[in-house]
Amino acid sequence: MERRPSIALLSVLFFGIALLYVPILVLIGYSFNASPLVNVWGGFSTAWYAQLLHNRQLLEAALLSLEVALAASTGAIVLGTLAAIALVRFARFPGRLLLTGMVNAPLVMPEVITGITQLLLFVSMVQLIGWPHRGLTTIVLSHITFCTAYVTITVQSRLQGADRSLEEAAQDLGATPTRAFVEITLPIIAPAIISSWLLCFTLSLDDLVISSFVAGPGASTLPMVIYSKVKLGVSPDINALASLIVCAVGVCIIGARWLTTLGERRRALEAQRPGH
Amino acid sequence: MRRTWRPGRWLIILPPLLFLVVFFLIPFAFAFKISFAEAAPHVPPFTDVISFTPDHRLRIAISLGNYRYLLTDEVYGLAYLYSLRTAFFSTLICLVLGYPMAYAIARSPKSTQGLLLLIIMLPFWTSFLLRVYALEGIIRDNGFLNTALLHLGLISHPLRIMRTSVAVYLGIIYSYLPFMVLPLFATLEKLDPTLLEAAADLGSTPWRAFLDITLPLSIPGVIAGSMLVFIPAVGEFVIPSLLGGPNTLMIGRVLWDEFFGNHDWPVAAAVAIAFLLLLAGPIAIYQYYNVRQLEA
Repeated sequence: MERRPSIALLSVLFFGIALLYVPILVLIGYSFNASPLVNVWGGFSTAWYAQLLHNRQLLEAALLSLEVALAASTGAIVLGTLAAIALVRFARFPGRLLLTGMVNAPLVMPEVITGITQLLLFVSMVQLIGWPHRGLTTIVLSHITFCTAYVTITVQSRLQGADRSLEEAAQDLGATPTRAFVEITLPIIAPAIISSWLLCFTLSLDDLVISSFVAGPGASTLPMVIYSKVKLGVSPDINALASLIVCAVGVCIIGARWLTTLGERRRALEAQRPGH
Repeated sequence: MRRTWRPGRWLIILPPLLFLVVFFLIPFAFAFKISFAEAAPHVPPFTDVISFTPDHRLRIAISLGNYRYLLTDEVYGLAYLYSLRTAFFSTLICLVLGYPMAYAIARSPKSTQGLLLLIIMLPFWTSFLLRVYALEGIIRDNGFLNTALLHLGLISHPLRIMRTSVAVYLGIIYSYLPFMVLPLFATLEKLDPTLLEAAADLGSTPWRAFLDITLPLSIPGVIAGSMLVFIPAVGEFVIPSLLGGPNTLMIGRVLWDEFFGNHDWPVAAAVAIAFLLLLAGPIAIYQYYNVRQLEA
């Protein structure tokens, strides 16, 4: 049977892709519009980009968001990788079902629910033990929670596909189980860990709802500032900021993808080499 | 006997387990507790449900007022129904649009598959908030769509899409489409093509073969994708807030307004708990299929 989609299927595919991409491309177009009116083309201009550099509020929020994203994605890959190892390697332990549930539920849990329940936890914790005060700490803690879920799912599927016999061979040759895991299996799941770190970084950078609930009155992340500006109406400098973020994320993802395929291809070549 | 990882076992299991119990599970207990409190003008802005009197006696003050309020004020019931209906039909449209997309990718040559998947994945990585904002640029009264249609002479007055239900539907479909396509692709790709060949050899038309073989075998993907769209869509806040109008009262927005607008934390907690009970069924279905797929 020929493996080729029919014309009808292909046209739906391209319609869907157009639906996904046209708004972003139009937005990037708008960001170079000299006129602040959206329906008038006032000529090509990069003025909105220049204006961004002078917006202190945006820059401070961006800095806070980057700090949060860095801390949350790093914390999440540690917890998520441990959870993935536990779920794949230990067939039976008390709390396994609980862990499976808690790893999957955040993926579909509406953010308003997660946001308000976590805020109520933090507020109650402050009453009981005096920690954590709302701000950077609470935002990071709540981001780690939903990011851990994504890491676990990604690493879990990679770990399931990893060949266990190599690790067992290393153990038969005298390596401790930990050493065998670190030297054999960790490199195999490393691409999954790196890509989930990137995913967590972008998800954390993007989160509006949960952050708004747990941030408290003092702290504003970048999405919170963007949301309040967008809510008031069109702001051409947000077009410029959005274009920058979208392009940066796009370049990072394509770059990461390219690096992993490169690495996989090299490994495949090395595996083919005689005497290896 | 094969050596297993006994000694370090709990060092691996406990950190994620404890973290998620404390920061994901226990919050629901606190929300449940506070949903029985009353709003109060101090910090934090609610009364104590469980407290100790000065003579060290346990005092439990449960107020059912918040739940009674949810039942009597029709805004909440209407918002629940509107959210469920909007999420249901958006999921259906995502499925109708996403299934052929996933099928087309699954049947494409392996070399282009990676690229097509990347194209579908990329929006998922890009900011959700900014994508909704970008859509606003298209459907605004003086946005891209209306400007283009007016120029082409296809319409004489701008189409009114913003601040209507249509805008909310468009927003959900646009934002959640990748979540539908990816799990569908995952099941369709695993499908054994020899089954379809066998069906064709036995005289089955492509449509019959699709209905008898492909569709039933892709049900796990259909369910996973639908739940990934439906459940978050019911609780969606950003889309109804930025694209919707006063009539598109979704429950996520109601909860947000109760919290940030009215500063009534106990009512917001009660809305969250009632909402969670409503979603327990769909979440359980999603979990069941997910666990089965992972164990398979």
